[in-house]
Amino acid sequence: MNKSITNILFSGVGGQGILLASEITAFAMIKAGVDVKKSELHGMAQRGGAVVAHMRYGDKVYAPVIEPGSADIQVAFEMMESLRYLPLLKKDCKVIVNTQKILPLSVSTGGEEYPSDIPGKLSERGLSVYTIDAIAVAGAVGEVRTVNMVMVGALSCFVPVEEKIFLDVISERVKERFVRVNIEAFRKGRDIIDRVKAEKTV
Amino acid sequence: MKNGLPVKEKLFLSGNEAIARGAFESGVKVASAYPGTPSTEILENLSRYEGVYSEWAPNEKVALEVALGASFAGVRALAVMKHVGLNVASDPLFTSAYTGVRGGLVIVTADDPSMHSSQNEQDNRNYAFAAKIPMLEPSDSAEAKEYTRLAFRISEEFDIPVLLRTTTRVSHVKGLVERGDVEKSRILPGIVKIPEKFVMLPANARKRRTDLEKRLEKLREFAETFPENRVERGSRKMGFITSGVSYLYVKEAFPGASVLKLGMAYPFPENLVKSFAEDIEELYVVEELDPFIELHVKAMGVSCRGKELIPSIGELNSYIIKSSLAGGNPPEEFLEPVGIPLRPPGMCPGCPHRGLFYALSKLGVFVAGDIGCYTLGFLKPLSAMDSCVCMGASIGNAFGMEKALGRDALGRIVAVIGDSTFIHSGITGLIDVVYNRGFSTVIILDNRITAMTGQQPNPASGKTISGESTEMIDLESLCRAIGVKHVYTVTPHDIDSTFNLVKREVERPAPSVIITKSPCVLLPEERMREKTLYRIITDRCNGCRACLKLGCPAIEWIGIDKEEAVNPGFREKQKGYARIDHLLCNGCTQCIRLCKFKAIIKDE
Repeated sequence: MNKSITNILFSGVGGQGILLASEITAFAMIKAGVDVKKSELHGMAQRGGAVVAHMRYGDKVYAPVIEPGSADIQVAFEMMESLRYLPLLKKDCKVIVNTQKILPLSVSTGGEEYPSDIPGKLSERGLSVYTIDAIAVAGAVGEVRTVNMVMVGALSCFVPVEEKIFLDVISERVKERFVRVNIEAFRKGRDIIDRVKAEKTV
Repeated sequence: MKNGLPVKEKLFLSGNEAIARGAFESGVKVASAYPGTPSTEILENLSRYEGVYSEWAPNEKVALEVALGASFAGVRALAVMKHVGLNVASDPLFTSAYTGVRGGLVIVTADDPSMHSSQNEQDNRNYAFAAKIPMLEPSDSAEAKEYTRLAFRISEEFDIPVLLRTTTRVSHVKGLVERGDVEKSRILPGIVKIPEKFVMLPANARKRRTDLEKRLEKLREFAETFPENRVERGSRKMGFITSGVSYLYVKEAFPGASVLKLGMAYPFPENLVKSFAEDIEELYVVEELDPFIELHVKAMGVSCRGKELIPSIGELNSYIIKSSLAGGNPPEEFLEPVGIPLRPPGMCPGCPHRGLFYALSKLGVFVAGDIGCYTLGFLKPLSAMDSCVCMGASIGNAFGMEKALGRDALGRIVAVIGDSTFIHSGITGLIDVVYNRGFSTVIILDNRITAMTGQQPNPASGKTISGESTEMIDLESLCRAIGVKHVYTVTPHDIDSTFNLVKREVERPAPSVIITKSPCVLLPEERMREKTLYRIITDRCNGCRACLKLGCPAIEWIGIDKEEAVNPGFREKQKGYARIDHLLCNGCTQCIRLCKFKAIIKDE
């Protein structure tokens, strides 16, 4: 395995702003001076289907997709989606989970059950789990659509890129009138996970 | 800034964005396409560049003919389609190899191994061989841009169209790309009559056929020294011949091995392959889908291994390559998957198609389907689609069944087809029904847009790719002009009227067309529209589940247990009640019509 490469898996549901979140992260990496590849699947995203993006960065990235057992970080924008790609994750993968639930049709119409105790299921497999109620954080910031930026803020605690670079990218990439609220969402997400990280190491 | 040096400005582009950029830098003047995943963003992006005429064509055949015409007029031209689109465009494709070009002509085919968004996973490298047209295969965004530029130059130098093949993992992967300068073709635009080159009647075509072999011979020589057919020397023990995205997986899986990367899939550089193979102890060919390179290598008498080890179905990745070949060291164990509910894409809340498919599921007729969002009518709980083959097939399929069964078919079969798909290749099927005295019922699901690929306008939308107003095809008049006497338009949100109309028309012993007309809820103007939302009065809901049969994501089932059911407002044996999620509801009113207990009311 190529040791200089970091693999980040973004998972969630169509409409959650995952592609923008992965885009912001990728631009931050580029600004930091590394090679980046990002693989997306289009076509079905607007129709409420599961969405996944693979991002790989390092000195020189070849393959565009993460191979099984090698994701270093997973950013799950929806709770159940944190379980969908388990075989791709490294054994010590850091999993950042938005505790928001978006019910698939089979669950909302009463045919299937939404899985219970998802963070527990992740921890018992040895993964490092960081939960965050991103929709509540986004709501507190005043714009529920900034869930994706809360998650980027959370992710930023685990990548070797200065906060300022992320903030610069957000300022450049987000529509001007939404910059302030997106930056606030990013900072809240970052602060929350920073605190959790600190507690874990104590 | 990196190490104190200014970093040359780089763009972070998908393969599709890079192809658009490459076409622009090549000075392309005319570009035509029909939308199709994974190719759609190429034209969407190109249409934003100044000085390029871009258009959505009614289908891929027209797109290629337009691009070929532009080439005849001496400008650089681009035609873009997904892999199955090249089937539609294959008629002009084969003969365009004979005519050759004036201005450079590049044809993009975006293949979809693993069928992320397609009905098959054909390997379009076979078209290059069959049509005798050179093909370039980029591996990533940087190459996608560069190869587009090379393709235009090769096209003009060798008087032949050039195919540029991507796959989903080239088209939809973003990577760093260097900006380049815009170049100018040396060909002069204008009308030049060269009948022996452009008029392919047999006497001329036979000469051009011979000429094509000469041009291919020159291309074969060119392929031997083409810098993008490159050898990367590594260990002599293992060597790989590979192309496209497979090259990246090989580099990832076996970083130390020798690699011959074929940037040009056709024609084949035989001498280069031979000299590469001579030095290698174990030679492997790694390619997605068909053994295209492998068969050629073996036909040359060079021994190699490929598809006996590596799957020919679906996408590859570095893990598959590692685990298929000795010495690959794949990660040995990883987490087991857990069973969780699937999350397939579905029709949106408020989608007009849902009303029609609900009516069709009630009628229980055989639904000959087609390609578009409405193919999702196949999914539970609507389960109202019984065939789906290719663009436009619904009408021919329904008519063929009808001719096979005669009067027995009356009242039992309908064809469903979207507005864009009908224009793409449904019109000729409808003509067959009328001309050959059929009685098929064709339902055109007119949501004003090509929705599945992300809301591209089509000839029935009244807008061009750049948003300019244009003539809008009147589907009713078109069907009448074909000779259909019974043409009706209905709003599919009105489920009862839709049901009654379809029931009446399937029984009619004459051709009929029903247009279910209502805009796609994802259209920007629909998203902006002020909506009346609805809610369910829990006291009135007795848990009959009638509304849930729509399969609307905005309607949620809240289960209750026996103890709760004794509370006021519930019936003794009630197992739950329905609730409308206001964040999702689009106010389409379909569910109101299904509730016999008047439990769904306006939320005021």
